Parts: sequence; C-alpha cells; structure tokens
Amino acid sequence: MRRALSLSILALSTFAFAACSGGGAGASPSGASPSIAASPSAAASPSVAASPSVDACAKDSLTLEAAGKLTIGTDNPAYPPYYDIPDAGATAPWELGDPTDGKGFESAFAYALAAKLGFEEADVVWTVVPFDNSFAPGDKPFDIDINQVSYTAERAQAVDMSDGYYTLNQSVVALKVNGLASVTSIAAMKDFKFGAQIGTTSLDTINTVIKPTAAAKVYTTNDEAIAGLKAKQIDGLVVDLPTAFYITAAQVENSVIVGQFPAPTSGDAEHFSVVLPKGSALTACVNSAIGAMKSDGSLEAITQEWLSDKASAPVLQP
Amino acid sequence: MSQLGGPLDTGDLIAGRAGLRPRRSRRRIPPKEAVRSSLIALVSSVVVLGGLAVVVTSSPNWPDVQHAFFDGEIFAYSLPKVVEAFGTNVALFLIAEVLILVLGLVLAVLRGLPGPVFFPLRLLATVFVDFFRAVPGLLVIALLGFGIPGLGLAGVPNDTFFWAVVALTLVYSAYVSEVYRAGIESIHWSQEAAARSLGLSRLQALRYVIVPQAVRRVIPPLLNDFIGLQKDTVLVSTLGVVEIFRESSIIKAAKFNFTPYLAVALVFVVITIPMARLVDWLVARERSGRAAAG
Repeated sequence: MRRALSLSILALSTFAFAACSGGGAGASPSGASPSIAASPSAAASPSVAASPSVDACAKDSLTLEAAGKLTIGTDNPAYPPYYDIPDAGATAPWELGDPTDGKGFESAFAYALAAKLGFEEADVVWTVVPFDNSFAPGDKPFDIDINQVSYTAERAQAVDMSDGYYTLNQSVVALKVNGLASVTSIAAMKDFKFGAQIGTTSLDTINTVIKPTAAAKVYTTNDEAIAGLKAKQIDGLVVDLPTAFYITAAQVENSVIVGQFPAPTSGDAEHFSVVLPKGSALTACVNSAIGAMKSDGSLEAITQEWLSDKASAPVLQP
Repeated sequence: MSQLGGPLDTGDLIAGRAGLRPRRSRRRIPPKEAVRSSLIALVSSVVVLGGLAVVVTSSPNWPDVQHAFFDGEIFAYSLPKVVEAFGTNVALFLIAEVLILVLGLVLAVLRGLPGPVFFPLRLLATVFVDFFRAVPGLLVIALLGFGIPGLGLAGVPNDTFFWAVVALTLVYSAYVSEVYRAGIESIHWSQEAAARSLGLSRLQALRYVIVPQAVRRVIPPLLNDFIGLQKDTVLVSTLGVVEIFRESSIIKAAKFNFTPYLAVALVFVVITIPMARLVDWLVARERSGRAAAG
C-alpha cells in the first residue's frame, strides 16, 4: 500500500513538473488580443469604440448560464453595507445579507445593472460563489460576479474585470482602548500590529503604505480578522471604509475607525469591478451599462443611498 | 495509511514483490528474468503515465487549467516566498513534536495503570484522548487561538504561535498516545512477570522493561504521525499566521492563480518522501533485528 502510494506520488509529481515546464512558452495569460475590460484605460473613460453594438447585448443573443436569466454570483454570507440584512432574516441559502431584495449597495447596483442590460427583476438569479471559485479555471457557475473584488491588472489576466463601479478608500479599525485609536498619522502607526483579510487590497495597504515593523496577520475572512482584533493579536484591522463603518457600528463593540487612507495621488484609484469569465461576451455590455449608469447619475444615487457616511471618517496624515 | 511495507528496494519495486514476506525467504532472481522484469516495468510505466498525460492535456479546458495551476513564471515567483514562510511551519512542528512525544507517553501510561485506585486518572486520560481525536484539528486551533485570548484573562498569552503549538500538541498527543498504548500492549506479559520476579516494582518494570521495548517497536507509526503533524501545521493559517499555506494563498488571491499551491505541494513532497523512506528502512531494520533475535 505504502509502496504503491509513493510510486503514484512520484509519478504525479514528475507529471506535474513536465506540465509546468511545458507551460513555460504558452504561459503568457493575456493572450494575443487584450479584451476591453483588461485595458486599464477603459476603466477611466469607456471609449466609444469599446461600446458593443446594441444587438450583441440583447438578452436573446447572449449565451447565458440559464436562458433568459442573468445569474449573479456573490459570496455567502454577504455583508452589509453591500448586502442589507432584512429584519425577517435572509432567504435561504443566504445567511446574513440578502442579495435578492435589492437593498444594500451591491444588491441595488446589481438590479440596476441588470435593468440596464434588459433583464426584469424576476430574471435575476443569485448564486453562491466563494471568492476562490470566482477565478478557478473551468466553467463558471455565473454570468457576472459582484463581490467587492478590487481591480488589478494581474487579476484581469485570469478573468474579465469590468470598469469600476465604486472607488474605495482603505481604513483602519481599532478597539477604543488600544493606543492606535488616538493615532492620526500613518507615520505613527509603524510600531502597531496590523491584520487584514486575504485577497483584499487592504493587505497591500499594510505592506506598502503603513509598512509596520511586525509582519501583518492575514485572515481567511473578515470574521476571523475581527476575532484576532478582539483577542488583541492585532492592534488594527485594515478594511475598506464601508466595511469599517459596518464593523464599528454592528460587529465590534467599543471599536472606532482610526481614519481612512488618502486616495493615491498618482495612478488609478482602487475600484471594485464586476468579475466575468475570461473572454465573456457580456463584459463589453456590462461596461457600457456601467458607463450609462455613471452618465445618468443612477450609480451616484445608489452610492449615496447605501454608502453615504463615507466622508465622516478622518483622513490620516502621511 | 498502512504501517506495513518493507524498504524501498529497486529489485522489489520493479518485480512488484511486496515487502511483507520475511527477507530470508527471498530467492535469487536469474539475470534474464531481471532484465525482462525491468523492460516490462518500463513499457508499462510509459504507457500508463503517457496515457494519463495525453488524457489530461487533451481535455477541453486544459489551457485554462494549465494557466491557473502550472504557470512557470508564477511558480518561480512563489517558490522562494513559500520556502521562506515554511520556516514558521518547521518551528511549529519541531516544538510541538517534542511536547507530543512526552504528553502522548504520559497519557498512554495513565490509561494503562492497573487497579481501582487509578480509575479517575484512567478516566481522564480516556476522555482526553476520545475528545481530541473526535474534534477536527482546525476547530481546536481556532477555538483555542481566538477563544482563550479573547477572554482577556491577565497573564494568559495571546500569541497565535503559542496557541497553535498548544492546539497541535493536544490533538496529536491523543493520536500518539494510542500508538504508544498499542506498543505497550504488544509487549508480552511474560516481560513484566519476569521483571517483577526480579524484584522491580510495577513502575520500575514499566520504566525499564516495558516502555523501552514498546517505544522501539512503535517508532515507524510515530514517524507516520509526525508526517501528519507536519502537514497539519498549515491549519494554523486560520489564526492569521503567515505560514507556508497562507503565504501561497496571498499570492493566489493577488494573481488569481493557483500555481503557488503547487510550490507548497513540492515543499511538502520534498520533506515528506525522505521521511517515508526512513520509516520503511526502520521497519526493515526492526524486522530483521527481531528475526535475528528470534
């Protein structure tokens, strides 16, 4: 038994390395023609050339996960303020926030986006898509995925990422009793311990903006990061600002937003993108729909409705 | 996994003879037969592995999977980072293993204490072993690592590394105590009888006669549990500790690419396979030693 196993491990690893080296030449993931979503400039201003013909985005000419329906993925549990928690509790299988009621920033955005794409409210189907599954290879179980995914050029090589629908700032949450709570500048933060959720740009903020002396702790979920904060294993939790408002208001008693990081002066501001399967025909349609929502003010209205307390956190000094 | 199986011997491997037979009964293989065996093994390997490679690489989504799991550039980028993070895992399993070997033996001895006087100790040890073998290691790590520091008790450390070592020690001591117990029970009762007849007390007999023989006999399964412990150190990532698996997950999430996991797998393979061979060798030595003695 032992012997057969070792042999098969050997065989498998040999095979894996063969596959790896074989992949060297063809490994440039972006391919020959970058899609519209992959070019960062499209994020800033959707060009006219990029807008697809109306017909290509008609509901009937699109290849969808379920015919006539727009299948939208997000992770479970879904959190406020992106997905509102109904008083009566979320409909199964949703545990906390309920994407299906159109309340909460991303839920409202999703239904507005679906409407722009020509889908009735009843034609929107939600499905649970854990973060990793949104970019795992193979057939994706969704048409679009809306899950607070920040755009990066590297990520856009693996999946299609739409133009941004929300520009966000990172912020620091601490317990009121912690010394960090009274800090007002980034320079004074270096000697504190920080944590963030994996897969978030919050971690990049710790490593490239705060540059603390102690290595950052990196948690699977924000819930575990909060457990680390409560257990005083970290002094400060770095999260996007809307999440910081939810954490301090509802999740952690006696916690406070220390401040928000100033938006980067150079380069692209961080933004959330809709995730689509690589090369999806829907990507260009989603981009033009987001463009339309920006120009008619509906995206701004949704943002104001659900994420309006943005201005009230102090901006950290350098 | 089976504790059985002999040493890795190329002749055995090719001809497909199990290592369970006593070595003494092995017959000499005529050279002709050896060559023929080798040839058949070679052709068979090429057909099976080649066939597997063709099936996988010709699958419709292979290009996607290749990019997502076998990206040479990302592999090269990840490997040094995960190797560096592996230092945390090494520290974890080395410290925990020492504590496990001690606590496991204590538990095994407690469970084996005879007589009604020791009933409470036997009961406690049994409950401990049953409990920590029942609860998944990941839960023990999360419950201790977040729960106890969360109480905010004065003087109780809140260091994640500390609680990770404690949790791994508790879980693996339960397994290891069962291995020790099996070893102790495998020692023939006449050994204790002989020791007692020489005037040794029950504890002295245990200390000088039973346990030394038992421990020697269970070294292979102990090493087996040590391999399991090495791999389970990745569970500590749930506490936010950036060890090898968390480091690879960070790269995975930043690049939306699973290749860093392959680098982690490679590190564990490189560490574990020599250990497995060592276990095989120890089993063989133990067996031939016993055969010579008997």
